[in-house]
Order: sequence, then structure tokens, then C-alpha cells
Amino acid sequence: MSESILEVKNLIKYFPITKGILSKPVGAVKAIDDISFTINKGETLGLVGESGCGKSTTGRCILRLLEPTSGQILFNGQDIAKLDSSEMRLLRKDIQIIFQDPYASLNPRLTIGDMIAEPMRNFGIGTRKTQEKRVQELLEIVGLSSYHTSRYPHEFSGGQRQRIGIARALSVNPKLIVCDEPVSALDVSIQAQVINLLKDLQKEFSLTLLFIAHDLSVVKHISNRVAVMYLGRIVELADYKNLYKEPMHPYSQALFSAIPIPNPGLKKNRILLEGDVPSPINPPSGCNFHTRCPQALDICRHEKPVLKEHKTKHLVSCHNLDSEQRRCKGTDKTSLPINY
Amino acid sequence: MKTIKDINTGTTPQPLTDEKLEIAGGLWQDTFKRLKKNKIAVFGAIIIGILFFCAIFAPFLAPHDPENGLLKDRQQPPSEKYLLGTDSQGRDVLSRIIHGAGISVQIGVISVGIALLIGTTLGVLSGYYGRWIDVGIMRLVDIMLAFPTILLALAIVTVLGPSLKNAMIAVGIVNIPRFARIVRASVLSVKETEYVEASKAIGCTDMQIIFRHVLPNCLAPIIVQATLTIGTAILEAAGLSFLGLGAQPPMPEWGAMLADSRGYLRQAPWSVMYPGLAIMLTVLGFNLLGDGLRDALDPRLKE
Repeated sequence: MSESILEVKNLIKYFPITKGILSKPVGAVKAIDDISFTINKGETLGLVGESGCGKSTTGRCILRLLEPTSGQILFNGQDIAKLDSSEMRLLRKDIQIIFQDPYASLNPRLTIGDMIAEPMRNFGIGTRKTQEKRVQELLEIVGLSSYHTSRYPHEFSGGQRQRIGIARALSVNPKLIVCDEPVSALDVSIQAQVINLLKDLQKEFSLTLLFIAHDLSVVKHISNRVAVMYLGRIVELADYKNLYKEPMHPYSQALFSAIPIPNPGLKKNRILLEGDVPSPINPPSGCNFHTRCPQALDICRHEKPVLKEHKTKHLVSCHNLDSEQRRCKGTDKTSLPINY
Repeated sequence: MKTIKDINTGTTPQPLTDEKLEIAGGLWQDTFKRLKKNKIAVFGAIIIGILFFCAIFAPFLAPHDPENGLLKDRQQPPSEKYLLGTDSQGRDVLSRIIHGAGISVQIGVISVGIALLIGTTLGVLSGYYGRWIDVGIMRLVDIMLAFPTILLALAIVTVLGPSLKNAMIAVGIVNIPRFARIVRASVLSVKETEYVEASKAIGCTDMQIIFRHVLPNCLAPIIVQATLTIGTAILEAAGLSFLGLGAQPPMPEWGAMLADSRGYLRQAPWSVMYPGLAIMLTVLGFNLLGDGLRDALDPRLKE
């Protein structure tokens, strides 16, 4: 369980903004600004945050669909950020992705059978016969019928299409699947079906998932651990139970207080944040949340907080907690406050 | 429908089962249905149908020899023997027009084929790879577009020497920019779709992505452009022939027929009028069908 399959270290992705005919760089959108995390074998890591905080960019960088600006992405100890394109192509067998929009992620000109068999053909897995058989198996596994192979995507509903996307990702027996908001385009009832399908598949094939979403209840349902992102950085990373029960970062606290509770009698302590998310082109100095943080200190304006363990397996990046701990523990600045 | 399947399976050939062909491509079935409802497009299709019919069966349809006339019958007005009259050398205008249909079809198909092949290649390279390849190709295309088409075609034929074959090559080259630009534009938009990203994620090579995922989804505008360009290509080739740089006498090419007979406009107007009408109707037919196809393929006009 604790053996890591993917380790992301100091990943940075800037999208340059260019101007004029000479494409002079005039700035950069800091989509991911130095994030690090680990995914263990067989677990599901949820990645949450609001729109534009860099969740999907992270997923796409891990698959090298986007080239990371810098940083390391260690997959089973191999740095995939440094592979050339043909080496990367071979590695894609082990890392697959399920896309957000099931209407956009299937080529309208291919039959379902061709589509699901395509990854196997690309990697030369099996003969035509075994591929066909596997396609039919996969369709049954994801809850469709084997006679669907000769149909085209437009003949299916959104939920069915997402199942096709899942079958395509599964066809090459990947070790890690990046789920990029796989249910946000679906109806709530279908969402549950697809999520449960993913859970079942994970159990059956011992898959590791990176589950990107903005729906906190969905993430809670499927994840073992959850990372909260804000403006290109991870602000908190913890076991889902601890995080949902007791979020420590002020941003997470505000975020989790926004989860609707289906009980009108219950009084909620809703934390409302002021203002908008700052532009990732010119993020605030120091802790990039300080402009909206109700507990901002002086130090937050100047110094970037570091993501570190404040409780067992509960990583938070906040000066507030640091200073609290310093107050409790004494004066030693360098000692890492573990098991506080 | 079949061509689409062919392109789809181009990289990994596989036998087409009957079942697959039956259900193939809802888009194309819808398009055909909508096209059938469009009366003007159907009219265009009928004209083109007649043209192709004449082209194929010319030897059986033409009542007289198109290249050798009876000198005693020259400049005869339309009559029972010569339905559309005869020209200055006594050749039957109707027979020449019927035989000319084949030449026009050839010109249209071959020159558009040249433009389509080269233009699509350039457009795909430019749109898919971008960066300096894009800049290089598109500037070249801009230079070509800066010349008036007929002038550029004239220059090319002058270099290659006047003949029907060279006229087709010239018209083909002149039409490359249109295809390059239209293909580049659709490749640019298709390239950004999630299914192309997905194809990268499942380990497709660039060639597989282009032929399996990008090009089949760019077909609609390419087909429309090809249909419309056949019309203009025939017109341009007729123009070159009129100037004596295309088809050489006694070939019954419509543009050349106009040029041969223009001196006798007063004495024998039929020998000028009918080839001109044939050109006009053909170009009209291709334009109407092309416009109809464009409307039928546009999903925004659905229902």
C-alpha cells in the first residue's frame, strides 16, 4: 500500500504569454507553481480545487500531454519528464487518462470497437482475434454489450460514452489512470454509476487513480487521500477522513464549509471568502492565498509557506500553523513539527 | 461513405464488413437527406450528372464526327441535321460540345486532384506541426495568393509550354492555396479537440493521429471546397484554352471552341453561344452542388 507508484517533485508548468511578431515573451501564466506529491500503489488520490487552479494541467503534465516547464515526474522510479517522445509513447501503456467531456473525447468517425482496440493495436498487444475478444470483454466489464462494437459514438448517451472512455483506458491494462473530472459532465444519477464502476474496477484490477474533480462529495466517496489546490499550488494534502473532518488550511476550511449538507435544520458555519481568485499571471507574493485569507499574518506577504506535515500524514502549507507550533514548542525554527 | 471508411482504416487496413457499412457515419446519411431536400442543389447535381453521362457515352451520343466537318456545311444555323448548327469548318457544334464534356470533366478532376493532394499535404503539415513550418508554408501560400489566378496560370503554362496537360497542371497549382488554407484551418480546430489529445494518450504516432483522427474529421470543408473548385478550374482551363495556351486544335475543348468561333460572332452566333452556355451550366452545376453540400454539412443548420 505504501509503495509509491508516482512521485511528482517540484513540478512547474508556465504557459508563456508572447507578444508581437517576434513572439517576445512578456509574461507567463503560472498554471502549476511548484507542486510535489506522491501516489501510492492501489490508492486513489483526489485532487480538488476551483476552476483554473491547475488541476487538469497537473493531470496532463503527468501524461506529458503538456510539457512540464520543470520538475520531476517519477513513475516507478523513472523520470518521465525527461523521456523523449518515442520512449514516452511506449510508457503510455502504463498511464492512461479518462477525459472530462465524453462528447468530445471520442472520435465521431470511429466505431466503438475500433476505438477500444486502438490502444492495443498501437502497442501491438495480441492478435486481431484476441483484440476483438478483449474489446467485447471490456464492453461487458464497463456495463455495455458486446454487440455495441460496430456502433458509432453518436448512438450513445453521455454515461455510456464515459463507459466507452473507461474501457478504452483499461484496454492496455494500465497501472495508473488519471481521471480528469470524469463525471462532471454527467447527470447526478449517472455520476454515481460511473463512480461506482471506477471503484469496482479499481478493486478488480488493482488500479491506481489520480482523481481530479471539483465536486467535493464525489472526491470524498472515491479517494483515499485528497490534495487541495489553490492557484497552482497544493495547500493541503491529507487522508480524506481527516481532511473532511478537520481541514487545517484556511482555504480548505472555506472550501469544505461550502459543501451543501442535505439537512435544512442543521446550522452551518459557512466561511465566505472575500474577492476573486487572483490572476495566475501575476500571483500574489509570499503565500498566494494571503489576499483572501482571514488569518493572514505579516510573514504571509513575503515568504512562501512550505507544505509540511502538521499532523500524522496531514500536510499543510500555511505560516499560521507554523507560528502556532513555534509558540507551543518553543523557539526552534528549524525543527519539523511532526505529530503535533 | 466508402472513401471515409478507407481513410479511417488507412493506417491499419482491415476488411469492411457489410454490417459496418450499413451503420457507417450518421453525419453522411443526415447530409444526404438534407441535400435531397435542397431543390437547388439537386438541380446542380442533375446538371453534373448529365455532364458525366455525356463524358462517358460521348462516342454513342454525338451525332457527327467532332473533329472533321464537311466544309460545304460550314456555318449552318441550327437545323434538324445539325441541332446546334455548325462552326466555320463545318463541324457539328452539338457533337463537339458532347465530346468536350469529357475533356472538361478531366480538367476538373485532374487539376482539382493536383490542388487537393498538394494543398491538403501542405495544410496538414502547416496546421498540425505549427511553428516555423506553419510560418514558412503559409507565407509561400500568401505569395501565391497575391497573384491573380489567371495571371499565375498563364505564367506557369508559358514556362511549361501550351498543351492541355500543362493547362491542367497550371490550374492545379493555382488552386493549391485555397486547399492549403482551408485544410490548415480545419486541422487547427480539430487538433485542439479532446479526442486528438486522447489519441496521443493511447500512444498513436503522429501519422496515425493525422490519418485516423484529424483528416477524417476535416473532410466536410474539403469536400465542399473540392466541388466548388472543380467549377472554377473548368472555367480557368477554358480561359487558358481560349487564349490558345490550353487545348490545341482540333480538340473540342469548350474554351478553344469559343476562341475559334469568336471571329464569326455575327455570321454564326450559335457556334459561340452554345459552348459558352455549356461552360456556364457546368460551372453553375458545380457551384450549386457545392453550396448545397456546404449547407447540408453545416450542423448549425440542422432541422
